[in-house]
Amino acid sequence: MITLGQMLTLSGVLFALAVAGIFLNRKNVILLLMCVELLLLAANFNFIAFSRFLGDINGQVFVFFVLTVAAAESAIGLAILVVLFRERRSINVQDMNTLKG
Amino acid sequence: MLVEILFYIFSTILVCAALGMIVARNTVYSALSLVLCFVTSAAIWLLVQAEFLAIILVLVYVGAVMVLFLFVVMMLDVNVEELREGFVRYKWLGLVTAAAVIVEIVGVVWARSLGVDISKVPVPVGADFSNTRELGLVLYTKYAYPFELAAVLLLVAIVAAIALTMRRRPGLKVQDINRQVATRAQDRLRIIKMDAEKRP
Repeated sequence: MITLGQMLTLSGVLFALAVAGIFLNRKNVILLLMCVELLLLAANFNFIAFSRFLGDINGQVFVFFVLTVAAAESAIGLAILVVLFRERRSINVQDMNTLKG
Repeated sequence: MLVEILFYIFSTILVCAALGMIVARNTVYSALSLVLCFVTSAAIWLLVQAEFLAIILVLVYVGAVMVLFLFVVMMLDVNVEELREGFVRYKWLGLVTAAAVIVEIVGVVWARSLGVDISKVPVPVGADFSNTRELGLVLYTKYAYPFELAAVLLLVAIVAAIALTMRRRPGLKVQDINRQVATRAQDRLRIIKMDAEKRP
């Protein structure tokens, strides 16, 4: 059977990869959003692992809410991205300097 | 034993897909790798008997969110090469950060002194156990109010996304039904009384 340690290690590796992705692709907003989705997935792994291995169903309810919030976040994020591209013809993070003093 | 072998296979696929997502040259490949990540995650969640959430992950993420991502990626005409400059420059920073995060998390997880028994194996549930039913029992009673808040949040997200992306282009020939219906004959038609004229 799968142990708690294996699940938590897998989620840690996934989280680290997503953080590395944020560092590597720091110019592409779409990839940044995807990396945030991966971070949330790693967090969900932890919730599910502890919920299952401690025998407490409440953790899985929290995964449900995290999924809801992540879906809303990506919908609004992509809408902002489309508006940004329409204004600037670019999705480079470094072009977002309108508010820079 | 079989469950463990499947877990290792799916974990390998999951980590490789995540790696592929962050290093892919093309954003479409990144999105497809993320789809693979979600599918294999759903498989792993099935292995730890979180069946409802596994199905929700496939339906909501692969079916809706990733399709939205792919739609946006393909709709925007993005110069990928320009966005990838700086990739090599920040390679070591990214690698060091990832290594540090892995060492910290694995260190915490495998630390014996925290009192968490990581070699714990879940109590296997019987064939008549319904994960969906157990989840529903707490979701609609104890978490009824947060559940409704989540529904309102999704509604707000729909309204916000539509309000952000809707635009009115000037000079576009569109029908304004209100103005068409409110038109009266005397606004459009003018009847002139004049004498008959002789043909020249």
